[in-house]
This record gives sequence, structure tokens and C-alpha cells, in this order.
Amino acid sequence: MADYILEMKNITKLYPGVKALDNVNLKVERGEIHALVGENGAGKSTLMNVLSGTIPYGEYTGDIVYNGEVCQFHNIHDSEDKKIVIIHQELALIPEMTIAENMFLGNERKNRFGKINWNEAYKQADENMKKVGLKEQSSMLIKDIGTGKQQLVEIAKALSKDVKLLILDEPTASLNEKDSKMLLDMLLKFKEEGMTAIIITHKLNEVAYVADKITVVRDGSTIETMDNKDHNIDEERIIKGMVGRELSNRYPQREHNISDEVLFEAKDWTVYHPVYTEKCMVDHVNFHVNRGEIVGFSGLQGAGRTELAMSLFGKNYGSHISGQEFIRGEEVHLKNEKDAILHGLAYATEDRKTNGLILSDTIARNTTMARMEKISNRFGVIDVDKENKVAEEYVKRMRTKTPGIFQKAGNLSGGNQQKVLLSKWMFAEPDVLFLDEPGRGIDVGAKYEIYCIMNEMVKEGKAVVMISSELPELLGMCDRIYIMNEGKLVGELEASEATQERIMDKILSSNDEKEN
Amino acid sequence: MKLKSTLKQYTMVIALVIVFIFFTVLTGGRLILAQNISNLLLQNAYVMVMACGMLLCILTGGNVDLSVGATLCLSAALAATALQSGKSPVVAIIMAMAAALVIGLFQGILIGYIHVPPFICTLAGMFLYRGLARAVLDSKTCGITNEKFLDIFSSYLRMPGEKPRACTSSLIVAVIVAVVIAACMLFSYYGKKKHGYETKPFISMLIKLIIIDALIVIYGWKLSQFKGIPVMLLWILAVVIIFAFVTSSTVFGRYFYAVGGNEKATKLSGIDPRRVYFWAYFLMSALAGLSGLLVAARIGSVDGNMGNTYEMDAIASCFIGGASAYGGSGTVGGVMVGAVLLGVINQGMSIYGLPDQWQYVVKGVVLLAAVIFDVVSNKKTGKA
Repeated sequence: MADYILEMKNITKLYPGVKALDNVNLKVERGEIHALVGENGAGKSTLMNVLSGTIPYGEYTGDIVYNGEVCQFHNIHDSEDKKIVIIHQELALIPEMTIAENMFLGNERKNRFGKINWNEAYKQADENMKKVGLKEQSSMLIKDIGTGKQQLVEIAKALSKDVKLLILDEPTASLNEKDSKMLLDMLLKFKEEGMTAIIITHKLNEVAYVADKITVVRDGSTIETMDNKDHNIDEERIIKGMVGRELSNRYPQREHNISDEVLFEAKDWTVYHPVYTEKCMVDHVNFHVNRGEIVGFSGLQGAGRTELAMSLFGKNYGSHISGQEFIRGEEVHLKNEKDAILHGLAYATEDRKTNGLILSDTIARNTTMARMEKISNRFGVIDVDKENKVAEEYVKRMRTKTPGIFQKAGNLSGGNQQKVLLSKWMFAEPDVLFLDEPGRGIDVGAKYEIYCIMNEMVKEGKAVVMISSELPELLGMCDRIYIMNEGKLVGELEASEATQERIMDKILSSNDEKEN
Repeated sequence: MKLKSTLKQYTMVIALVIVFIFFTVLTGGRLILAQNISNLLLQNAYVMVMACGMLLCILTGGNVDLSVGATLCLSAALAATALQSGKSPVVAIIMAMAAALVIGLFQGILIGYIHVPPFICTLAGMFLYRGLARAVLDSKTCGITNEKFLDIFSSYLRMPGEKPRACTSSLIVAVIVAVVIAACMLFSYYGKKKHGYETKPFISMLIKLIIIDALIVIYGWKLSQFKGIPVMLLWILAVVIIFAFVTSSTVFGRYFYAVGGNEKATKLSGIDPRRVYFWAYFLMSALAGLSGLLVAARIGSVDGNMGNTYEMDAIASCFIGGASAYGGSGTVGGVMVGAVLLGVINQGMSIYGLPDQWQYVVKGVVLLAAVIFDVVSNKKTGKA
């Protein structure tokens, strides 16, 4: 008989009007890495919130059996007492505090009078940092280390609580391939040492790499649990389980109909950091995109791709910007974001929650935000009926799943928020659309729909510039791929000649050149 | 489910009705005497006018303007001293408003373009303008006797020959307004129907219409029993209607909600947040200036303490009226309900004769209760 560290039995969770979880059963063996996969809104995170006590006992029905005993977690402290730690997708670190302060936040190393022993704290923090393979001093501030390392600090924090069952909610969503690999290897190492982990992710290659078992969740129910002892899973089967239908192709086909007309071009584009003005973020970059073309930008985190796009978009980012930008062959000097929009540019951010949408506002209001003059008269009086009609149209066209256009954007799942963000920029009628990580943190089904929308746009004669850290996505969608590293353009590949290896090779060899 | 959401939407209106009935009973019906009904709005004119501007500031992200009480005092002081030195009412009004606009320009630029935190900038303004006002007044009380000036702000409209306690004209005006409103609502309802837009059920629209019209007619009737239609009411209505329209139906108004909802996303959507902050504080000061004239005319004199803590009344009205303390949500309609609620409590307590100290306690409790209610109910709906 298998040794189960955790059994969740018949878990049902109701929200007003929605059954988020419907009689879910989940069994996790001691010392395994168990992957939970499923579309956005399938109920994975809800299930983990039940397990961690974020959704307290009493708000759901069913039993949690942990180490053979039935547990009732009323809050996150209850589950942490049992050595269950959850790391959320949005990191719970305070940027202005040091690594050690963050690590022991709420769990301070103190004597019985409440005085914190900082020497002990920093010493223990340094030890934990070593365990996760970080060399940083624990006296560094969180804001001074990259996202990938912050993720590792979260894990180190979990270790400081002597974690037995670690739950990771999309740990690699904002990491590049290298950092992701590092994190996954770390998990494998901890597994050897006897830790059990549950990992929620959208990246099937990661699942194949680390997971011992895979449970597919769809519409609040567990569909099936698969064995992955040989790390040789059938991706088609998982995808079919997730979306409930065959998805024959993960990247939609399109006719490659690229015109010779250069729609957008940047020459010698150079941007410095807005605060540390010495630091060059984008260094003499030249690129162009034609009508009907999807161009990709590949690179590691911090390669300067986002900075490039944002600075081109009406100087939204950076200082001492120099270089030329051309739209439809004419040089333009964009003063601000409005100017960029009026010239036919759009920039859909990688961070839809903090930079993209007004979460407290309705879908309708978010949709029209970038071009409100289209729904108002010349005195600036808004025609609300027209606005609602437009919003309805976009909801239909994008197949946004929502009860209605008056739903607040913050209540939507990640994939649907992304669709609202795209609606907003399509409503602005751009010619050139910069999409920054359009597939980040959303499931296979929603991704496919977003790729379809991108294809539609280029078919209409627009141009798309796609920034992505996921190589398969770039290879599947783009006509041409630019490769950036440390602010410089280090390569350009036609889709036909591009492979993951060649792209990584370009990045790595540019690093070598610099070192020599 | 539906009844629940309707009740929630009108919570503050229901609270207002309950409080109104409570004080009517407590004061043995004195609250609904024609004179008190007429005075209710006039005494709170400054709150209503300034709350409109305060709403804009709060929308941008829960920021408030602490300087408005002092701005109000300065503008009133300038008007009063100008009148005392024999200048015409027009000159006095221009001087008062010019001062308010300069203050608005000054604060708008500091907060919007130089990024001085609003709280600190307006806190400094609170001392600064109060001091200037006292300097203008030379630390004395300055009476206003210019009839023309008083007429512009605090007279009553009635037909020639009508007696103060029987101004049928007020009632007639109220009936006309009621009819116009009814026509507009029906027109908009059938217009929506015709274009195939979504509409609320006819019956609920009808109920709303009847309640609104009934209130207007009753109010007109009460006014007719006192002195007629106060000019100040027209000033209040003008400001409130303009601000309600701007915030609900214009692109410009939408900007304030956008900045408060997510400033970065707003900037990336081509809207300049600096401009939005500028206008919020500029318009706020302008309204404070106007309020200064209204209050000066109503009291008939200006002293260096005038307008003390008035900023707090405006802020409280906004929060009682459902504006979010984090910005991004709130309506002029809601804020007006908040202002009237505060006004009813103030006046009810004064008529009942509750000592001053206890009036403060009650006001504090009401504000706290409203905000707690807002936070808790948002938390609940946010989860769904």
C-alpha cells in the first residue's frame, strides 16, 4: 500500500453562483512531485487554497487527511504548523526589506521578550540561501535581485519553516528558461531529501521533466491522475484532458502573406535606465517589421526587450533615448503614449494586472480606455450605449468568458483578462502591435485563442511584434525572430532556420564574446 | 438575490430615510418645518459644492485636499474686505475667485507636475492660506452689508407681490421641473428600447420616477411655505449637475476614475496622469472659492476662523457617500446623499439641542460606520 502524505476527499467549494470545486479527490504520495494541470479557472488554485487554509475549514465540504489524520485548517498558520507551505504565483516578498527580513517575516528569530536576534536571523538566512543555491548575502534588499532569485528566496523561506509539503503555484510563470530549469532542478534535489511537492503549472515540458504524477483538473473536477515515472508523458493526452477536446495543433495555421512594405522600423535605438542613468538598457538596436508579419523577440529576462518596446511606445520608459523610429517609412518623434497611439502603435504589457487593466473597473470601460474619442462626441461626452455595444462585440469576438460586460476585470481569470487587454488595444486600431509575453500565465486553450487573434490581426494587414520568453511559442508563431542579450541585438533568424538550440546558442555565444 | 443587490445599491439612501425619520420623531416634527427644510440645504451649501471637487481628488487615489477650508476663508476674506472698501460686488467676486484659481493653479502644478504628495502640499496650504486670510482681515471680523452682493448668493426668488409664507411660484416651478424630469426619463427609456439596448424593468423605472417627482414637489411646497426658492439652491444645483454630468458622461471625467484605478495602465493608455491630478486640485480650489462667497453671503460676515474643519465635512461626505478610500470609485449622486445625510444629522442634533461635544461624537461614529460598511461589503462582493 502506498504511503500517502495527503489525501483530499470529496472537496466541494461553492462560490455564489459557481461551483469552483466539485467533489475533488487528490492523493499525494510521500516524497513525490505531483503536478496539477488544468485550464485557468479550472480550480487548481482554489484547491490549493483549501489545502493551505487560505479558504478556512467550514467554507468548503470534504476532508483533508494529512499524515493519516483529518485536519481542519482555519488559516494559513494552521497549515504551516503542519509544515505545509504554499508559494503563490504573486510573490509575497516586500521589496524594501532584506532577504533575511523577508525570510523570517511573521516567523522572526526572537527571544521570549520579543527582541529579534538579527545575527541569528542573518546566519540562518545565509544557510537557507545556500541550500537553494543562491550566493547573495541575505542582507541584500529583495528589490535588488531578479525575479528568478526572488522565487528561490520564497523557497528558502519555506525551508526556514522546515517544510514537508511544498505547494508551488506557477513558480516559473515569470521566469526564463534558464531560471526555470534551475528552480526545477532544485525541486528534484529536495525530493531526494524527502520533501513532497505539489506544483501547479501551465508548462507541460516542465511537468514532463519534474513530475512523478500528474493530475488533470477541469471545471472543478479531477479528470484523471497519470503516472510519470519514466518522464515520458503523452502531452496530447494531458491537453485533451485539460480542454475536454482534441487540440490538434497548439499553434494555429496561417497563410504567410508578408508584404514588402516596412510598417515599423527602429534605427540605432538606445535607451538608458530612468533612475541609474549610466546604465544602458537598450544599445543601438535596429529592427523592422513588415505589414502582415509576426516578428518575435527572444532573450533572457532583463535582455532589454520590454524596455525597447516601452521606450518606442511614446517614451514610456527610460532616459536619454536616442535613435530614430519610422512608421510606414516616415520618421516620427513620439512625445508621449497618446502620440504613439495616434500614430498607430499599441503596447500590450507583460504585466496585465499592474500595467494593463484597471481591475476595479468593468470590462466595458477597460475596452474603450485607450481610444475613448471613438465612443464620444467632439465635446468629449461619452455615448455609454455605444461603448457597451462595442464592448459586447469584443467579448464575442475574443470569446471572453464572462457573465457580462459589466463584470469587473479583476474578477476574471488570467486568460480572460489577457483577452480584455487585447480587446482594449485592438479597439485602438493600431497598425503595429507590440505584445509583451501574450501567453504568460494562461492555459493552453486560451493561448490558442490568443494566437488565433494574432493571426487575424496580421491577416488584416497589421504587424505584430511579439516578446516572449517561451521559445516554442516564438517558434510556433513568428515569421522572424530577433534575439537580444543585455540590451544588444545579437542575432536574427528566419522562422525556417530557427530552433531552440540555435537561439540559445546565439545568447550564450554573445555572453562568451563579452567575457573574452 | 435581486432585491438584495438593489437594497445594497441604495443602502445610503435608505440610511438617509431612516435617519431623517428618526430625527423627525426625536424633534417632534420640528425637522420638517418649512423653515428647517429650506435651511437644510443652505446651511450645507459649502459641503455639497466642495464635496464635488473633493470627489475628484479622492477618485485619483484616495487623495484629499486639506486646504479647502482655508482657501474658502481667504476668498471670503478678500470679497468682504473689497466690499468694505467700497468696491462693487462684481469686483469683489472676481478678486475672490481669482485668489482661489491662483491657489488651484499653484497646488495643481505642485501635485500634478512636481509630484509633491497631495497630503503634504495641501496641509501646507491649510496653514498658508489661513494665515493669508487673517492677514487680509487684519485679524478682525469683517461684516458684509452690500445688498447687491447678498442678493447674488442669499436672496430668495418669488414673484412680485407674493408673501414670504405663500409663494405659489415655488410650487409651480417644482411641478414644472418634475414634469420635465419625468419626460426626460420616459424619453430615455423608450429611446433605449427603440435602439434595442438593455433596459431596467418599466415598473422599477416608474417607481423611481414617482419617488423623485414626489420629493421635488414636496420640496417645492415646503419652499413655498417659507420664503420661496433660495438663489443659493440654484448655485448648488448648477455645480452638482455639471459635476455629475462630467464625472459620469465625459471622457474628461472618466480620466479621474482611470488614474485612481490604475495609474500605470492609464499612462500606457495614452492618458497623462499629471494633467488629471492638476485638474482635480485646480477644480477643487475653484469650488472652495465659490463656497467662500456662498458662506460669506449666508453668514453676512467673515472672520479668521471661518471654514475651520470644513474640509473634513467635504471629505466625510465623500466617504459616507460611498467613494472608495483607495480611489477609482464613487459618484456625485452618492456624495450628495452623503452630504445631505451629514446635514440632516447636524441639523437634527442642533434642533434637538444635543451639546456640541456629542455632535462630534455622533459624526465620527457615522463616518466610521459608513466606511466600515463599505470596506466589508466590498470584501464580500469581491470574493464572489
